Amino acid sequence: MSDRASDIRASPATGDDGGGEVRYLSQSDLEVPTHQIVAPDGSYDEEAIPDLEEEELLDLYRWMVTDRVFSRRMVNIQRRGELGTFGSTRGQEASIIGSAFTLSPEDWLYVGRAWTPMFMRGASMEDMILFWRGIEEGQEAFAKVNAQIAISIGSHLPLVSGIAWGMRLDDADAIATAYLGDGATSTGAAHEGINLASSVGLPALFYCQNNQYAISMPYEKQSGANTIAQKALAYGIDAIRVDGQDVLAVYDAVSSARERVLDGEPVFVESVTYRLDAHTTSDDPTRYRSDEEVDHWESHDPIERYREFLKSEGLWSEIDHDAVVEEIEAEFDEALAAANAMEERAVSEMFEYLYDELPPELARQLAEFEELLERRPEMYDFIEQRPKG
Amino acid sequence: MQATIVEAVNDALHGEMERDDRVVVFGEDVAESGGVFRATDDLLEEFGSERVVDTPLSEIAIVGGAAGMAMYGYRPVAEIQFSGFLPPAFDQLVTNASRIRWRTRGELNAPMVVRMPYGAGVRALEHHSESLEGAYGHIPGLQVVVPSTPADTKGLLTAAIRDPDPVLFMEPKRIYRSIREEVPEGDHEVPIGEAAVRREGEDLTVVAWGAMMPPTLEAVDEGGVDADVIDLRTVSPMDTETIVESVKKTGRCVVVHEGPRTLGVGSEIVARINDEALMYLESPVERVTGFDTPVPLLSMEDFYFPHPPRILDGIEAALAE
Repeated sequence: MSDRASDIRASPATGDDGGGEVRYLSQSDLEVPTHQIVAPDGSYDEEAIPDLEEEELLDLYRWMVTDRVFSRRMVNIQRRGELGTFGSTRGQEASIIGSAFTLSPEDWLYVGRAWTPMFMRGASMEDMILFWRGIEEGQEAFAKVNAQIAISIGSHLPLVSGIAWGMRLDDADAIATAYLGDGATSTGAAHEGINLASSVGLPALFYCQNNQYAISMPYEKQSGANTIAQKALAYGIDAIRVDGQDVLAVYDAVSSARERVLDGEPVFVESVTYRLDAHTTSDDPTRYRSDEEVDHWESHDPIERYREFLKSEGLWSEIDHDAVVEEIEAEFDEALAAANAMEERAVSEMFEYLYDELPPELARQLAEFEELLERRPEMYDFIEQRPKG
Repeated sequence: MQATIVEAVNDALHGEMERDDRVVVFGEDVAESGGVFRATDDLLEEFGSERVVDTPLSEIAIVGGAAGMAMYGYRPVAEIQFSGFLPPAFDQLVTNASRIRWRTRGELNAPMVVRMPYGAGVRALEHHSESLEGAYGHIPGLQVVVPSTPADTKGLLTAAIRDPDPVLFMEPKRIYRSIREEVPEGDHEVPIGEAAVRREGEDLTVVAWGAMMPPTLEAVDEGGVDADVIDLRTVSPMDTETIVESVKKTGRCVVVHEGPRTLGVGSEIVARINDEALMYLESPVERVTGFDTPVPLLSMEDFYFPHPPRILDGIEAALAE
């Protein structure tokens, strides 16, 4: 910060011996390692397994299955016309669960394409259904567990740095985390948010799920950078690149990162993963990517890989997979029934929460509109709230 | 105490930082150098480097960072060095700051202030002279305050910092140091959303705010016009009642503003008079405003914003019919 280390802050450049040659600083000279614990063939080094209790290892599996079942059910109810739209996370389960599993309830979490972390923090599937039905009670519920979903890509990174700044002022034993995608790394807000965290020294973790596509734009066209992780170096912060299909590697990487972040040192993590389903239910990915590519990633299914690991550890017998799925399905059924109990709301809801106190002009607009709705009930021929999707 | 507008800004910041340790001041060059206009002078010395912070040259991070810090429970007062540099952060105002409360049904809110000097007439380079309060006032959930006197500056900035919702505080930099008047010592709050009547008269109503107040008062006084002169003080939410009641009395109105005419705040004032006092009007409402061009570079900027003769011309047009 502003305490001067010496009276001379800026010094002229000192050359080193380049033999008169112009030398380039080049990404081709960078070695960017990718952290992996369980290889795609299921093999691993016993020594590298993170220090987790047996029950925690089983929880990782349960949460990944929760993520998969939740996405499947949401896509299904969307197809039945019970949901506006939905963004499936299939294929990204290890990336989502391994990272969120490291966070504490006091941490703040601002996500894109990661829904189960909300459940891990105590929000319900009902809240998530409400969110996707365009009902504000969703974000209200997430706020109660120090979490929010960002819709405008990249715009949340400065907010996360601001939250982290508050934590620094509080000397809080917590971090602020932004989940972002590969596309978000091209936004100005992401750049400024990360730079702020670095320059002030804020407890912010930037967790980038590089799922290879920003809707139709493949990463190779999104940026000329060979990896996203390397971008962190330009901000003077450290990065980890991790195999996002390997839940143990993700857990290991992010828990290590979180420790550093707690010390006020921001960290950037790139998780290399893949969105197996469409961007949202409105998207048709066959227009921009091959079946062959999708099949290739299907064969790198993160849940399958972790199952192989659990078998090798002799833990698979501890899990009744069908019972786990059944339990999650039942939880979803209950959540859907609860969400379906949502009634249509009064138009005043639209106005009430903008300011602490309703300003006169807004009160006037509301009163005029309420009067119109009463006087012309045919207005409702044009208004469909769809609280049940 | 006697103070100018920029000194009143400094006084309000001192007072609120003293009163509430959640108030944090940051922006470009605000700490060690005390701000390019010295609005944040001495704050670093008094409140230390954790609460008075120089940020990178990064408007998106300044405004978005303020929103995040406010969500977390602090009361950031962020400075944008010149209003012409706020547009990169427009997204953070529209997408985040203004709708955090709304989006979470009041579970979270953003008690933050973004202060910035605005307006033409200081012989600066391009992008240093804008008056876009109309554009910012168009954002639901964002309050836009524009003081014109030292006492109001202290009172309104104090109110803005205490307000539970975001406030864009636009400081008329052309008159930063040109008015020195008595400013109340200690706690002084002026409510947001209330206009002030600076002159009382019978023949017409003149509405202005910020840096347009001195030339407006000069036109009225030197022209010997018997007018209600309303200093709007808050562009959003607007004090419609004060304007409408005055127009009902006088039957004539002139709106003076520095920003472009089309879709400007003046258009909204005309519309509100139309809604609530049309039948009281004896002549069309006149608008004396900047033009629908960018603010010219410094060599020609004096053409752009209203001066007393142009304001008086508008007044005479409103009185003529």
